[in-house]
Amino acid sequence: MAEIIHLREPVDERLTRARIAAASVVDPEVPVLTIEDLGVLRDVQFTGDTVEVVITPTYSGCPAMDMIALQVDLALEKAGFAHRKVTLSLSPAWTTDWMSEAGKEKLRAYGIAPPVGRAKGRGALFGVDEIACPHCGSEETERVSEFGSTACKALWRCRACREPFDYFKCI
Amino acid sequence: MTDTPLFTYTLRLADNALVLGHRLSEWCGHAPMLEEDLALANMALDCIGQARNFYTYAGEIEGKGRTEDDLAYLRDCDGFRNILLVERPRGDFAFTILRQFFYAAFMHPYFERLSASKDERLASIAAKAVKEMAYHLRHSAEWVIRLGDGTEESAARLAEALVDLWPFTGEMFEVDETERALIEAGVAVDPAALRPLWLETVDRVFADALLARPQDGWMQTGGRRGEHSEHLGHLLADLQFMQRAYPGSTW
Repeated sequence: MAEIIHLREPVDERLTRARIAAASVVDPEVPVLTIEDLGVLRDVQFTGDTVEVVITPTYSGCPAMDMIALQVDLALEKAGFAHRKVTLSLSPAWTTDWMSEAGKEKLRAYGIAPPVGRAKGRGALFGVDEIACPHCGSEETERVSEFGSTACKALWRCRACREPFDYFKCI
Repeated sequence: MTDTPLFTYTLRLADNALVLGHRLSEWCGHAPMLEEDLALANMALDCIGQARNFYTYAGEIEGKGRTEDDLAYLRDCDGFRNILLVERPRGDFAFTILRQFFYAAFMHPYFERLSASKDERLASIAAKAVKEMAYHLRHSAEWVIRLGDGTEESAARLAEALVDLWPFTGEMFEVDETERALIEAGVAVDPAALRPLWLETVDRVFADALLARPQDGWMQTGGRRGEHSEHLGHLLADLQFMQRAYPGSTW
């Protein structure tokens, strides 16, 4: 613990600053959401004077993870942290249940229907979803495709206002 | 020194995912409709993501400094341990969908069990993958039904794909000495124990797809021991070209 005593900044303030920096990073595919809103940011901790940020992928093959890791590193550098580490953690597996309520509201305002219900195993995956249109609010909607523009989204269409929209899948 | 069972086991999981992911990716820009183009590319991405996780772990188990890229790009056919099912050429859409259905109906419960493995790393990779395979299963099953109970041509193509694919399904359930000890130790999943559940899923979907399950006969085998068809060589030529032509190149 000797190195911590030599630091000028109190430990908890330093941690808060690192957390704010990491939490400011937005998802490159859904730029209205921060990685904190998404639940992708799992932990921020210090070992000596090295700050470690732990993130978790939404899907195994999510191509945004490299970009997110790079942006977290840059945000920490900008905040003045010289020694940084970004770690990818798979367990526990990410679930849409970790998405904040504020995040869901931001998604809707952006035109993406937020995940409905809670991910509880097969029920959520195979149950019949009623998804409200993020544009007009109607529940007269239908699924066009199980897979959308990114792995985390499906393609839906509103029968009331006729607009197609992305639905953030509940997993 | 021979490979440890855990290395071989992890490599088999990785190779299945990579080779199938590559086959799915071949549809990018060629699927019968835009929605399916996206779906197949998305499923390819899931498989390749799973492969990356398994390769990274396999490299660590081996402890010789090989990375996920070394394992994917710098081994030849006889080094690959995937089942023959996944290396069959992509065929038509019916063939691709039926293969995906057979694979997902097996891997979904497989990953479910592997997520309770005593090996924490395998368990965490599986816990992630099981959610993805649930989608692959639902999507491919819906298409099997749509094609089988569709037009005369779609039903005929699906029936033809079934004749081609069925002899390659047996290898999924094989257990060899490499895996036996790992299964007993609670690290690996016993694939043979999953066959009744798999058949139940197949029968349920086939009933709606108006498709008759073939009688079990001769089953192809060999991929898990490194004995492959010529198709894997062609696939690797495509997959590995850049690293073979320009060793160590990055972008």
